[in-house]
Amino acid sequence: MDETLAEFFRRTILKIPMTEMMTILKTWNFLSENQLQTVNFRQRKESIVQDLVLLCEENHASLNDAAHLDIIYTQFHRHQKIWDVFQMSKAPGDDIDLFDMEQFKSSFKKILQRALKNVTVSFRDAEENSVWIRIAWGTQYKKPNQYKPAYVVYYSQTPYAFTSSSRLKSNLPLLGQSFETHNCTTSLQEGSLGLDINMDSRIIHENKVEKERVQRVTQEIFGDYPQPRLEFAQYKLETKFKSDLNGGILAEREEPLRCLVKFSSPHLLEALKSLAPAGIADAPLSPLLTCIPNKGKNYFKIRDK
Amino acid sequence: MSALRPLDKLPGLNTATILLVGTEDALLQQLADSMLKADCTSELKVHLARSLPLPCSVNRPRIDLIVFVVNLHSKLSLQSVEESLCHLDAAFFLGKVAFLATGAGRDSHCSIHRNTVVKLAHTYRSPLLFCDLEIEDFRAAMAQRLVRLLQICAGHVPGVSALNLLSLMRGSENPSLEDL
Repeated sequence: MDETLAEFFRRTILKIPMTEMMTILKTWNFLSENQLQTVNFRQRKESIVQDLVLLCEENHASLNDAAHLDIIYTQFHRHQKIWDVFQMSKAPGDDIDLFDMEQFKSSFKKILQRALKNVTVSFRDAEENSVWIRIAWGTQYKKPNQYKPAYVVYYSQTPYAFTSSSRLKSNLPLLGQSFETHNCTTSLQEGSLGLDINMDSRIIHENKVEKERVQRVTQEIFGDYPQPRLEFAQYKLETKFKSDLNGGILAEREEPLRCLVKFSSPHLLEALKSLAPAGIADAPLSPLLTCIPNKGKNYFKIRDK
Repeated sequence: MSALRPLDKLPGLNTATILLVGTEDALLQQLADSMLKADCTSELKVHLARSLPLPCSVNRPRIDLIVFVVNLHSKLSLQSVEESLCHLDAAFFLGKVAFLATGAGRDSHCSIHRNTVVKLAHTYRSPLLFCDLEIEDFRAAMAQRLVRLLQICAGHVPGVSALNLLSLMRGSENPSLEDL
């Protein structure tokens, strides 16, 4: 094996904490069970890594395999990276194309390789129709630097792509271009909001019609699929105090009443979605709450008109 | 949609029907399930409603007992019950109505004071029960109690009528007029 490749393997495996070693190696699935059993995992870490690199050489591991291992490591440690998110927009008049993952991967790779001779592009499919793309950048005269790759995670059924901070910011437009041919979203298959099936015929719901209306309105507003995970929403009120009662200390004031309302939850949007079906709030909910995904913000300032 | 009347329909044979009224469907459903699991010689039917008035229905059996469920954590649930009470015929309040307040156990979550529901029950001369419906054992015990009340209101217990219930249930938990 090439010395630089062996060194890359060594450094990549050395990065992996011992507690995750077996899991990551198994996920990588490049070394067989038998081979892994020949390694003594009770040695010092450097010796273990050395043994593993030797096994990789035995299996004629390629740069591609190393890149895959790197992607898996990064997937396990995704929280250690800072991600930017890009939203692709459709030009008016664009048709909805059907998305083919393999076609996307091959054209993505081709575009990058055509533009930059020295670039390593690797893919790994992940959950929810997403693909992790690892890109090691080189220049016209230098081989790709495997130690500072950029990562792009693209959720194919959405217009969103996440990128980890890339040293070479100038390559971002190129990345954008490689997405241009594939900025489509196909409609997800209709899920169904399961209504409670009441098995016992001795229980009768008097307000079935109303229940169904609430479910329908909730589904129209929130959709069928799990909500994006959000932990809080903050509303800053700068409105004048309004009261039904005449008089009262606060009623006469001209200045706005400053007030901050913060909603927090392990999964705020799911909680809001469940309010009306649970009978805790009326449906439809206030647009101040339901506009969060549409407006893409969770800090609001409310002033008197 | 007319006001519910207690005696405008004939009773079913050995059937007792309870109507649970409350905004939180999940709680009502759980209570209904617990009631149907309880021991009972009568045939039970449980109707669940968010509020009154009920939608028109010719097929509805005679309602023997109505329990209004108020969640002390939710002002909306109290408001809904107060509005529903207007749509009930006065004759129901002769022993065929009870109030059930849940959520008293988690004091920090309560936005309705205990006394508010006490006053409400007193205004309507009806018994008030407290039970944390979220706790299974308490719910099961309350369900058994409600089944017994229901049987009395349906006339299935000889010698005791719904009207007797009012005086029988005026114990220490339902303070008399002077105490409030």
